[in-house]
Amino acid sequence: MSAGTARIERQTGSAAAARRVFALVRRHAYLLLKSWPRIVSMAYYPTVTMVLWAFLTLYLAPTNSFLTSAPGFFIGAVLLWDVLFRGQLGVSLTFVEELYSRNLGNLFVSPLTLPEFIAGQLVMSVLRTLIGVGGACVFAWLLFRYSIFSFGLPLIAFFANLLVFGWAIGLAVSGLILRWGLGAEELAWAAIFLVAPVSGVYYPVGVLPGWLQAIAYALPSAHVFEGMRAVLLDGTFDWAHFRAAAALNVVFLALGAALFAMAVRHAREHGALLQMGE
Amino acid sequence: MTDRDAAISVAGLKKTYGTVEAVKGISFTVRAGTTTALLGGNGAGKTTTLSMLLGVLTPTAGKITVLGEDMLKHRHRVLPRMNFTSPYVDLPKRLTVGQNLLVFADLYGVRRARARIAAVAEDCDLTALLKRPYGDLSAGQRTRVSLAKAVLNEPEVLLLDEPTASLDPDIGDRMRTYLEQYQRRTGCTMLLASHHMGEVERMCDDVIMLRAGLVVDQGSPQDLLARYGRENMEQVFLDVARGRDGGLRNAGVTGAGADELAI
Repeated sequence: MSAGTARIERQTGSAAAARRVFALVRRHAYLLLKSWPRIVSMAYYPTVTMVLWAFLTLYLAPTNSFLTSAPGFFIGAVLLWDVLFRGQLGVSLTFVEELYSRNLGNLFVSPLTLPEFIAGQLVMSVLRTLIGVGGACVFAWLLFRYSIFSFGLPLIAFFANLLVFGWAIGLAVSGLILRWGLGAEELAWAAIFLVAPVSGVYYPVGVLPGWLQAIAYALPSAHVFEGMRAVLLDGTFDWAHFRAAAALNVVFLALGAALFAMAVRHAREHGALLQMGE
Repeated sequence: MTDRDAAISVAGLKKTYGTVEAVKGISFTVRAGTTTALLGGNGAGKTTTLSMLLGVLTPTAGKITVLGEDMLKHRHRVLPRMNFTSPYVDLPKRLTVGQNLLVFADLYGVRRARARIAAVAEDCDLTALLKRPYGDLSAGQRTRVSLAKAVLNEPEVLLLDEPTASLDPDIGDRMRTYLEQYQRRTGCTMLLASHHMGEVERMCDDVIMLRAGLVVDQGSPQDLLARYGRENMEQVFLDVARGRDGGLRNAGVTGAGADELAI
């Protein structure tokens, strides 16, 4: 026996919490980095969708005054939509990965706290979104000379609000998967499309029926895409939409985290943390 | 025994799932620095009890104290000083053994993690496997990795659910020797759920016998052998599991008589 002894770092405080979050990120980064098909697939769908909308723009632009004044409209919209989609997937798939590997038991008996576990999922969501959407942005520039940075500083506001809304949905979906098992995994891919029609990604919220408009404006995404149109068509940043999106995100993120926490509590009561898996 | 002598103290622990009572209000204590076996047939409540001790299963009623901390209220104060292995959990299969151990070293805050992993890998005969994906390992190799993960943080309390399952007799013996040496060196308290009666006789200072969610007997292996008039723990186990304990202990003994039986 080598008799090597373990010396343990402090377990409390922000440095200890950051170390544990980093450990979780390291675990998922190992997984991503050793599989180039995974990395490629993360950028594949956003890139292909972007290319479709870019060609549609090229086809319609000569006869469409709207696209003449805002030629990057569809490409910008699809890239921002993917920030929301990838942000949500980044949270949900990171969680599903733990279920598939039957690793939840090990994590939940370690010093890792629930907020740290969630923080790890969110960091992974940022990384996955940057890889996925970043790849599509590079191709948008290479193929169509469209730069997402043409939004200017408002891009930061759009990106942040969409990412946070994606986190909220991702946490809620993770909670549902924990509650109902991997049979509910399809939710990870499908849930976001429930908000797509009322987010006004490719058309103004004003085209929706009145009752749907009320629902749309209860979602942060609708405010972001209305704000995007204001920047592209009027050249102004709509602070009212920004504030509404940010405020709604606080509520949605709290709801998503609460739903996930409730699912973890339910799993603790029913013994699912040690037994859940494929 | 005073509370200070007890590394683990369980009082009136109960777990029900709907109308099914998996654990029926058991009480026991585990002395610091000893190895105690939790024995019982399938469905006796061993894994349920271990899960509650680890904080991954919420008891319906009862109190759990580990290293002086109330597990139900202050789980995160004591989890860094514990660890466990279980066949019911796995590690990420696409990560290598070394990567898995590094992740858990970070989670437990192990300083000089790579040196510690090298030492533990040597002890568990894993050095040659550190760069292999965990998913490529045999069941026995995975069990050794799980054990290596469990001692990375040099826990003061180690909960072992079937720690030598899937190991051949040679590796199983080496792992038992390692755990014995580890305990002598660190003074660790071990609670072991096992169906390997030879392991129990060899490693355990005390035994808690469970049947249908109740503690039906407890004592040292020697005491139990003498009490049941048997030659080995396997025969004692069969007596208890098949209800042939001849009224030596009554189901429900963990209630009023729990203190008297505390080991």
